[in-house]
Amino acid sequence: MATKTVELAVGGGREMGHGGVGAPSPLAPFDIPEPDIGTERMLINIGPQHPATHGVLRLVCELDGETVTKVVPHIGYLHSSFEKLGEYRTWNQIVPLTDRMDYLAPLIYNCAYVMSVEKLMGIEVTERCKVVRVILMELDRIFGHLLWLGTTAIDVGAFTPFLYSFQQREKIYGLHESLTGARITTSATRVGGMMADLPEGWLDQLLDFLDNFPKTLDEVHRLLTGNQIHIGRTQGVGVISADDAINYGFTGPNLRAAGVPYDLRKDRPYYDYESYDFEVPVGEHGDCYDRYLCRMDEMRQSVRILHQAMARLPGGPINVEDPNISLPSKTDAMSDMESMIHHFKLITDGIPAPEGDCYMGIEASKGELGMYIVAEEGGTKPVRWRVRPPSFVNLSVIPKLAEGHMVSDLIMINASLDIVLGEIDR
Amino acid sequence: MADDNNSPLDAVEDGPVTSGSAEGADTTSTGSADDHPTVAALLDRYPAEVQRFRLEAGDQYVVWMNPTRSHEILAWLKDDADQLYDMMSDVTAVDYGKGRPIEVVYQMYSTPHGRALRIRCPLPLDALEIDSVYDLWKAVDWLEREVYDLFGITFRGHPDMRRILMPDDYAEGHPLRKDFPLRGRFSRAEQTQRALNQDVERFYLAEDLGRGADPQEVAAATAEPALPSGDAAAGGAATEGEQA
Repeated sequence: MATKTVELAVGGGREMGHGGVGAPSPLAPFDIPEPDIGTERMLINIGPQHPATHGVLRLVCELDGETVTKVVPHIGYLHSSFEKLGEYRTWNQIVPLTDRMDYLAPLIYNCAYVMSVEKLMGIEVTERCKVVRVILMELDRIFGHLLWLGTTAIDVGAFTPFLYSFQQREKIYGLHESLTGARITTSATRVGGMMADLPEGWLDQLLDFLDNFPKTLDEVHRLLTGNQIHIGRTQGVGVISADDAINYGFTGPNLRAAGVPYDLRKDRPYYDYESYDFEVPVGEHGDCYDRYLCRMDEMRQSVRILHQAMARLPGGPINVEDPNISLPSKTDAMSDMESMIHHFKLITDGIPAPEGDCYMGIEASKGELGMYIVAEEGGTKPVRWRVRPPSFVNLSVIPKLAEGHMVSDLIMINASLDIVLGEIDR
Repeated sequence: MADDNNSPLDAVEDGPVTSGSAEGADTTSTGSADDHPTVAALLDRYPAEVQRFRLEAGDQYVVWMNPTRSHEILAWLKDDADQLYDMMSDVTAVDYGKGRPIEVVYQMYSTPHGRALRIRCPLPLDALEIDSVYDLWKAVDWLEREVYDLFGITFRGHPDMRRILMPDDYAEGHPLRKDFPLRGRFSRAEQTQRALNQDVERFYLAEDLGRGADPQEVAAATAEPALPSGDAAAGGAATEGEQA
């Protein structure tokens, strides 16, 4: 039977020194037999209906005691076949499908999809539209990160940040609602522009949010960043090296936490992101704690970008002035014959696309969100619409990250990846 | 759908959208290979494997390649000092319908050189197999499984080739094929019947989850029923429906 030597460090403790200085330690190192606990592994099933899986994710774990030796994720419970449905819809009709994927940051998906279609068709949106979309995308980056922050903190036992972050999320819900009429299913974009321009007072509402939000972030920062429990639960847990992170397909904050400064806003800029002044936070250890720090800092950077975007927001039209792309105003469609014909043709036929394909990757809150579109000549519907889902690829790494850790660490690792099952299953 | 003058389900009954031309798309190359160092290098090194290349959407280079040596070429793209495509962003497939080849699409990005490249490998419908690149990029683990699940393309050498989004015992075929009807191959009654007859306990049996077994063996065992033998022929149109 195997034995191990146990060192009991009691000699140096002042409170133990009853015998005075120099007295022999009451306990010398000794050998205790390692108990024979057998080698049978236990199989447990987590999910698909479990709050700690952050959606309908099912993890089948093989355990050795409390140590996870194998994780097999099962997904597909939320599969809605969005990509197939898209093949039956015209370009603009696909927009509502996109925000149902990542319902935690819907505007980023709205924007990414139309950006790809516009790139394929060679449409250059107006300056105002570009800046508005930057505002919406950065706002929803905060929106997505806040949900991650609240739910992840809850997973390690901190309840307060959940309330703080959801209070702030509620304000973004309000911004969504006054812009689009919906809180989650925003469908705010259209090919060549937006569903509507920013309503009156919206920027003041946004400014009000931006004034208060950093204070909340500071409060959460004080609660978690130096918190011994939080540090103990996250540091050194789920570590991945920089090379592995690239090879395993990590993108977004997960990749940057491993020390790779890859951010599509900087490396493959779109919408003049290169002209905004912001930093890309990069971690060095690639563990859950660095992922936390990266996301916390990203929210601050998003606030910076939002302030700059609001300052430079130009006037002018928000939609491209091409009657074959943008709908005429309702008044025109009702009073002007030509506008009515354009309206009718756009609604019934849709926008014809050139033959070809286009991949547009943008930096979503969870990583590289790619929209790949294949069209035929004159096609008003896609031949293929593919979403490169960031958290689908991020989640596939969980067996590598979690094996060898405790079950409770598995929950933390899963939370730290920031997944959303609507987009993983599509 | 709102734009339809007729029933909203008409589009569903019409069947899937297919490409206009049954013949292959035009095979000419566009753009200049000199603008993209990797395209030029590929033409130089593997002239027989590159079918054509095109410049798409303004600045994206796409290279069509023969699938036979795809693994060798992709490995070279990953490791060659002038290419270093260390990031495999996406693996997917495109089905144009009408019996045209299904194309496997690789989206690659080189972080050291800051270059993106798209590789497309057309696979004829009677040979839907291509080498897995799992040994090069671990990122393709689930991506290749998804292509297998939704298109029925087998990736040779993938350690865990089984369905990922659809259930393991899904018998209606591969949903993203153009010949797959939007509402599935089985009738609603048949689908309901199958759902009711499912043995839910099956998904929680230790043997099924591969406890203690060699992952390779488990993958082979679970992949077997998902690979109907006649599926590869003729686009797998009716073969799986007949199992009903």
